[in-house]
Amino acid sequence: MAALEEGFTLSAVPLGAGPHGLLGVEQSDKADQFLVTDGGRTVILYKVSDQKPLGSWSVKQGQIITCPAVCNFQTGEYIVVHDNKVLRIWSNEDVNLDKVFKATLSAEIYRIHSIQGAEPLVLFKEGAVRGLEALLAEPQQKIETVISDEEVIKWTKIFMVFKHPVLIFITEKHGNYFAYIQKFNSHTLSKYTLLLGQEEKSVIQSFTASVDRKFISLMSLSSDGCIYETLVPIHPSDPEKDQRVVRSLLLKDVVSGDGRNGVALTVLDQDHVAVLGPPLPSSKECISIWNTKFQTLQTSKELSQGTSGQLWYYGENLFVLHGKFLTVIPYKCEVSSLAGALGKLKHSQDPGTQTVPHFVNWETSRGHRLGSQNSEQSKRIKDSEKHIEEELCKFLAIKPTPDFNTIIGDIVSELLGRHKAEPSFYPRNSLMQLIQTHVLSHSLCPGLMEAALEKADVQMLQLCLQQFPDIPESVTCACLKIFLSISDGSLQEAEINMESVSDYSDSVQEEKMEEQTEVLHNGFNAEEENCGNCDQELNKKPQDAAEETMSCPVIPKRAALLRNAILHSAYSEMFLLPHLKDIPAQHVTLFLQYLYFLYLKCSENATMTLPGLHPPTLNQIMDWICLLLDANFTVVVMIPEAKRLLLSLYKFVKSQICICSELNKIEVSFRELQKLNQEKNNRELYSIEVLELF
Amino acid sequence: EFKVHRVRFFNYIPSGIRCVAYNNQSNRLAVSRTDGTVEIYNLSANYFQEKFFPGHESRATEALCWAKGQRLFSAGLNGEIIEYDLQALNIKYAMDAFGGPIWSMAVSPHGSQLLVGCEDGSVKLFQITPDKIQFERNFDRQKSRILSLGWHPSGTHVAAGSIDYISVFDVKSGSAVHKMLVDRQYMGVSKRKCIIWGVAFLSDGTVISVDSAGKVQFWDSATGTLVKNHLIANADVQSIAVSDQEDSFVVGTAEGTVFHFQLVSVTSNSSEKQWVRTKPFQHHTHDVRAVAHSPTALISGGTDTHLVIRPLMEKVEVKNYDAALRKITFPHRRLISCSKKRQLLLFQFTHHLELWRLGSTVATGKNGDTLPLSRDADHLLHLKTKGPENIICSCISPCGSWIAYSTTSRFFLYRLNYEHDNISLQRVSKMPAFLRSALQILFSEDSTKLFVASNQGSLHVIRLLEGSFKHLHTFQPQSGTVESMCLLAVSPDGNWLASSGTSAGVHVYNIKHLKLHCTVPSYNFPVTALAIAPNTNNLVIAHSDQQVFEYSIPDKQYTEWSRTIQKQGFHYLWLQRDTPITHISFHPKRPMHILLHDAYMFCIIDKSLPLPNDKTLLYNPLPPTKESDVIRRRTAHAFKISKIYKPLLFMDLLDERTLVAVERPLDDIIAQLPPPIKKKKFGT
Repeated sequence: MAALEEGFTLSAVPLGAGPHGLLGVEQSDKADQFLVTDGGRTVILYKVSDQKPLGSWSVKQGQIITCPAVCNFQTGEYIVVHDNKVLRIWSNEDVNLDKVFKATLSAEIYRIHSIQGAEPLVLFKEGAVRGLEALLAEPQQKIETVISDEEVIKWTKIFMVFKHPVLIFITEKHGNYFAYIQKFNSHTLSKYTLLLGQEEKSVIQSFTASVDRKFISLMSLSSDGCIYETLVPIHPSDPEKDQRVVRSLLLKDVVSGDGRNGVALTVLDQDHVAVLGPPLPSSKECISIWNTKFQTLQTSKELSQGTSGQLWYYGENLFVLHGKFLTVIPYKCEVSSLAGALGKLKHSQDPGTQTVPHFVNWETSRGHRLGSQNSEQSKRIKDSEKHIEEELCKFLAIKPTPDFNTIIGDIVSELLGRHKAEPSFYPRNSLMQLIQTHVLSHSLCPGLMEAALEKADVQMLQLCLQQFPDIPESVTCACLKIFLSISDGSLQEAEINMESVSDYSDSVQEEKMEEQTEVLHNGFNAEEENCGNCDQELNKKPQDAAEETMSCPVIPKRAALLRNAILHSAYSEMFLLPHLKDIPAQHVTLFLQYLYFLYLKCSENATMTLPGLHPPTLNQIMDWICLLLDANFTVVVMIPEAKRLLLSLYKFVKSQICICSELNKIEVSFRELQKLNQEKNNRELYSIEVLELF
Repeated sequence: EFKVHRVRFFNYIPSGIRCVAYNNQSNRLAVSRTDGTVEIYNLSANYFQEKFFPGHESRATEALCWAKGQRLFSAGLNGEIIEYDLQALNIKYAMDAFGGPIWSMAVSPHGSQLLVGCEDGSVKLFQITPDKIQFERNFDRQKSRILSLGWHPSGTHVAAGSIDYISVFDVKSGSAVHKMLVDRQYMGVSKRKCIIWGVAFLSDGTVISVDSAGKVQFWDSATGTLVKNHLIANADVQSIAVSDQEDSFVVGTAEGTVFHFQLVSVTSNSSEKQWVRTKPFQHHTHDVRAVAHSPTALISGGTDTHLVIRPLMEKVEVKNYDAALRKITFPHRRLISCSKKRQLLLFQFTHHLELWRLGSTVATGKNGDTLPLSRDADHLLHLKTKGPENIICSCISPCGSWIAYSTTSRFFLYRLNYEHDNISLQRVSKMPAFLRSALQILFSEDSTKLFVASNQGSLHVIRLLEGSFKHLHTFQPQSGTVESMCLLAVSPDGNWLASSGTSAGVHVYNIKHLKLHCTVPSYNFPVTALAIAPNTNNLVIAHSDQQVFEYSIPDKQYTEWSRTIQKQGFHYLWLQRDTPITHISFHPKRPMHILLHDAYMFCIIDKSLPLPNDKTLLYNPLPPTKESDVIRRRTAHAFKISKIYKPLLFMDLLDERTLVAVERPLDDIIAQLPPPIKKKKFGT
């Protein structure tokens, strides 16, 4: 919910603001410090939190500052233009502007733009743009004319798009508006004609813009009191051609058009704009915050002493010339809900309006928290995780819409995005909850398993492996590695779905099961299990061999992971094999031992299945054994511990081949038996029956 | 409640399918079987088998194709090319190609030339003239038999598959341009020979061949080189058919699998395309000898006697019942007739007839009981045909003392005499010249008249006397039509005779006055069964789209009940049945009942009960419980259906309380087929 806090005036001294107000308020290289350029001759550096000026510079009498001072973020120096053509560059230590560096240029300057991460850019009145360095190297260089005669620059702004500055400026000619986009990575200038639509007569009074990945969203406040939005593409399809962009109505009747001192507009964030101007023709001027998404007025503040019709917004502060004084109004936007958004108009006195909080504004909540203090951060994160969880519960409770899975995918990637930016934020429960909606897939949220792998969150990985249909083999293998390498201790702590694993750890005797799990926790020394149906040959083996083959070689939790997640995952041999080669030898052996154990369990009963729900099939087990051996045979052969295992596997294969060939031999007899059976079931060639029809 | 004689001793085995040929224009499918029979299925009319040409012992059909103007040609191992007359349902002419047994035949893309491949290695080109075919010239003689032929869509080149190689001929000069040797190796083992079972020529010059080594190969005909090789089976690949758009084709293997190949873009939205094996279908147990590719379906047939029509889901616009798989096993005509008086069944086989007497019982029982037999069924007679021709139709008179059957060139009538348990058979000699072949034979209810539908559209009425007969009248077909009548029905009082062809309406003749009484308006779908009800003389007509009409002959209009059911419409499940009604009969004591059956159900329509709508349950297999008597009365509807007996080839009412049902279990048919290719069940 957006809110305006109580404002405060920045200077006790009235600024020499003429009818045109201030020239500008610009950020300096230090947070909380701003350069305020008076309409006349003065530049003042303010520290907002202290509410006092840190420095003040003036040009000589007779000279007049024509362009707001800016800070060169690369050097920390300040730059100002006076008399349209003269550049002055100074630093904090300088006192007199007359004595500082001076450069006289060949053309008139409209604005100097400075932005973090790029050198300052100089926009000339004729539309040309130069980098400051290049300009200072040759101040008298010829500046070309870009815009036509009688075309006047009305407004300009700079953005960083993918680490490159992008400059937009709007010109006007006979009531027609044009937008120019200058990109500096490619040095292209594209021109767009703004089509005003039906409201031909209205004059645009104020502009503001925000940038998306591909578009600059240009908002304009017209004299009819409405805010219009125009999407100007940053990357034009055809830069050579004169292109047209249309504007669409965003908000209606936010101000009354005929304000004496004009109106102003600035974008606060994705969904909020601040508007300065009288809401009704006769009323005093107000600063109001509008939510563009819900088209609602969020808050409003009356500025009774009148303004200059100018508005700046930096960080969390709105700057406004209230009367003769520069006033700072802190602005805050908290997590908002639809009810909250509507709240201002409907029941503003009700503080707990989050009754239908389905529209959780993740962006704003995140942005807000980022600014929070470090000391409280972890607690806040925990709180926010909890909050997200609650919101999610409510969200999931509503009926799924057709695009439910994409919404869920978006939420997950949003959460993961925050996790990336803020590693301590890991909303595990929420993610688990989301995975269990059964609509996610790996391709919808590729970062999820990555994050879980990083955190070695086996429970999450297990869940993912069970739920996602499209996990790449490399990720499956990475999961397998973690499952095999994670220590028993950390496994014990993890909450793992143990579904039906304990069923067969010892399905023969219940009491034995209990003592055995205790033993198994320590590793491999388990007592011999009662296994009647096993291969006779194996039973004759020495005691220790039998022990090794009969007992589960891994603790039940690991077994659960391997069995319920890995064995069931879909894979293509070709892609899996190279990744399997990376698994360390002792882990391969461990996994092989476990697979072999499963195989023995399988062959215990006649149906060749494992007990429990969704058991891995014999084929799955065999395929994994083959794959592992294929990938790591040379290594496994060299390991002495694996020798016995390989030997027994070999014996099994041999006996299997024997059985198959024997079965092939007696297949014909089987068929005859089947035929006999069929004939017995078949009725006689002729019979008389009774039939009643209903 | 009925006593049902459940007969399973009809040892009928359909012949295996040898060739299929699809005609796009008329949406008809010609199917030839190993016994030489050629059947025509109308795919638009619910896959009804509307025509058939009886086979001949010496005439093994090896190739079948449609030429321009809906003309159907076949060629076989007797070295003859045959054209069929689709109107009169007989063979127009047979012409010897003088090249020994013919193994393959192909019609040029323009439909005006016919190419045959012969045993002696010759490829012969025939010109199709309006009423005959004319030999034009020989292509270069090859070393061994030509087993397959494929025209280039432009008609300039021809690919011919032989043993171990494929030749490409230039049609103009008749000389072989390329000879492409096929690898004999099969899975590393050198087989004796590699037989090219099928070739297809695409417009871009690609030749696709299928061979006995299980390969599907793509050749470049311009250079004569192998482009691509798909090994798809461990046994022969026996057939291939390409769609008209050349974007998909289908092959059939000896393992019973049908593979669908499609021309698919290598990556999405790239213009480069390649042939990819997309879908395997296993609807057959035995060799798939023939495949066809209609615009919307894959059609396959083989030794296991099923004709399978598998619609391509991506080509079907509406996902309705038409998109379902069809498997046609049994002929859509009656092979069984029954003598009610003597409880005899006459079974028709390709080359013989069997006469059986049903058994009897004295016991009674409740629903579902099998009663003890006091007398078992007897096999009375085994009547072999004379000559190599297959039997077209047969009939036994209701009294049981006459048997008539017909082949393509001869008509036979026998008189049966019963003396206690002995039967004597006496052939009625000196058949008149006009009685040469019949498409349908019918005796009147009192067995005094014989009705014969001949293949020139005429209907003969013959009076039967003790041991002799007298020709009464011949109804000539309507002027200008030569369409043959396939179905006959006579009223029990002997006054009316109804006959129907394949497309025109049903004609009703007055026997007393020997003149045409009226014609039932023709309907879009062919008639599958006809019958005239006793007393009311209502004609009941079943069509291949599962509609049933009742037409009052005396009033010359549809009955009120028929109008009502047409207005309300049949139950959707009734319309979705996929086998046609092949027999209609009536209950002598209950005039409101109509008995009819198809291969999977038999139904008694009780006209006095309300009609079911789509919400009611059409088929209720469970007997009603006592307490639900009220509900039963409320939910009872006109269609009483039983699905106990299937596949049902024949069902009729012997008397008021007795039914006879002839079943032919599929397992029994499969058991008598040669064993399929053995696949290892254990191990790899």
